[in-house]
Amino acid sequence: MIDIDLNVVNWARAQFALTAMYHWIFVPLTLGLSFLCAFFESIYVRTGNKEWRNLTKFWMTLFGINFAIGVATGIILEFEFGTNWSNYSWVVGDIFGAPLAIEGIFAFFLEATFFAVMFFGWNRVSKNFHLFSTWMVAIGSNLSAVWILVANGWMQNPVGMVFNPETARFEMQSFFEVVFNPVAVSKFTHTSSSGFLLSSLFVITVSCWFLIKGRHIQMAKKSIAVASVFGLIASAYVGFTGDEAAYEVAQVQPMKLAAIEGLYEGETNAGIVAAGILRSDKEPGDGKDPYIVKIEIPFLLSLLANRSFGSFVPGIDDLVYGNEEQGIESTASKIVKGKKAVNDLADFKNARKDKNVTQAALSLQKFRENQEYMGYGYLNSPEESVPPVALSYYAFHIMVALGTLFPFLFAAFLYFIYKDTLTQQKWLLPIGLISALLGFIASQSGWIVAEVGRQPWAINGLLPVKMSATNLSASNVQITFFMFLGLFTILLIAEITIMLKQISIGPKEEN
Amino acid sequence: MLKNIFNTQNRKVINSAKKVYAFYYDGFKGMVLGRKLWKIIFIKLFIMFAILKVFFFPDFLNTHFQTNEEKSNYVLEQITKNTSLISEEELNK
Repeated sequence: MIDIDLNVVNWARAQFALTAMYHWIFVPLTLGLSFLCAFFESIYVRTGNKEWRNLTKFWMTLFGINFAIGVATGIILEFEFGTNWSNYSWVVGDIFGAPLAIEGIFAFFLEATFFAVMFFGWNRVSKNFHLFSTWMVAIGSNLSAVWILVANGWMQNPVGMVFNPETARFEMQSFFEVVFNPVAVSKFTHTSSSGFLLSSLFVITVSCWFLIKGRHIQMAKKSIAVASVFGLIASAYVGFTGDEAAYEVAQVQPMKLAAIEGLYEGETNAGIVAAGILRSDKEPGDGKDPYIVKIEIPFLLSLLANRSFGSFVPGIDDLVYGNEEQGIESTASKIVKGKKAVNDLADFKNARKDKNVTQAALSLQKFRENQEYMGYGYLNSPEESVPPVALSYYAFHIMVALGTLFPFLFAAFLYFIYKDTLTQQKWLLPIGLISALLGFIASQSGWIVAEVGRQPWAINGLLPVKMSATNLSASNVQITFFMFLGLFTILLIAEITIMLKQISIGPKEEN
Repeated sequence: MLKNIFNTQNRKVINSAKKVYAFYYDGFKGMVLGRKLWKIIFIKLFIMFAILKVFFFPDFLNTHFQTNEEKSNYVLEQITKNTSLISEEELNK
């Protein structure tokens, strides 16, 4: 029925995922390391102890390497929007234009101004002004992430807009509704705090390497002390904001929640699956148990989803086939309404072309009746509304499992630092050494949950991914996919090589 | 007197500009690792903007259409073609 080449869509999707995931290797370190540098330098300015200055400079160097390699990798995503996702770019242009322009101007002026002072200003500006600059870089880096996450939050929960059938664009009605969209707020707080957590793990990993090698012991211990406190606070905040994010998902993207929990048949007093293995041949509506094995914590999913133990949490089958008892409309019914909306939109377009004003007004009125279902009009079957369940489920559970482990890890490091016996904990240092890798796995899993879980939608309920793509040949996208794979891999190798070299040199002992 | 004030102001602005220039000049000159990082940044930006953007990532709508109206019509055409009404019974078959 829809003649978009799915091969093109899938390659464009793979390319976007590849670019976003590589980009997200650099970004969380920038978000968190900038604050850690500000903490280290604040202690130096307060105490006047040169050891703190030396370690600030060391971590600032690693921050600079990460920033230099990662800077502008996000621009490639914008290239892809224009080339591979032209329908999408056009329809969201009015919504995304303002936030992304603000990001560009804000990030440029704040970061570029103070970045130079941060790196060139040692001994050339006053201690306090240097510290101020370091804080400004940290705040600027994090604030510039606000706008792109506002854009992403809008895709998950499109608010504050109206679709204009004359321009084929979603047009902003309320800037504040877009910016303070609850999904965008929880997305920003959860994402940025996960960056703090990951950066704390990064500091612990590098410091553990020094401790294992028996080099720069004092500097490593000091770094771990600050990173553990920051990491512990960040972990608590990640947990809190994760709970808030899950609540928002339950309210506006119930299918995503059902997928990440592997919940097919909705339940009252629903339990949350702590761990489990999904049955690979499970399909919606087949009545099979979705799990081969599972460990469930009773009532917790109802509490998480609706802030109420006794509440009903819809499963995939309820959302696809409907549940009259719970007042849930079937996807088939939404598809019928969506197709009416798309047909009315086509009639409106043709009436305008024929300059038939009466017919255009009538078609527009009919379109408005069903416009909230417009996206469903592009689906070919109710089952198409289900995201890839296994990938969403496992990514979510890996993220949560690791996120639960990290506070204990930070607490253990903090305890042994306090007791001054960290170097004797031979079991803990190797765990610390791999902790950044675990952090990256958790962080990437989080984005898989967010983006795979929202499939098939580019804009939730309004525009599926397949309708967002440009009508190109698959070979074009394949070529650039492999070019990006090469380019980003080279950049990643460059980052790791330069960082490892700088880490092996270690902090300079300046007095 | 006004001329003197103006000259003093001018001198201050020029001195500030000189200080800022010297700050950046000395900063860039004194870079060690930074030189390598700047090279990576420039090579990366060259690949991205001069090669990838120009030869592989033209903006589809800007390349094919001149006006916003043409772009709107094209996208509207894309999102309304080949759709037909269907009943719930047919979908549930």
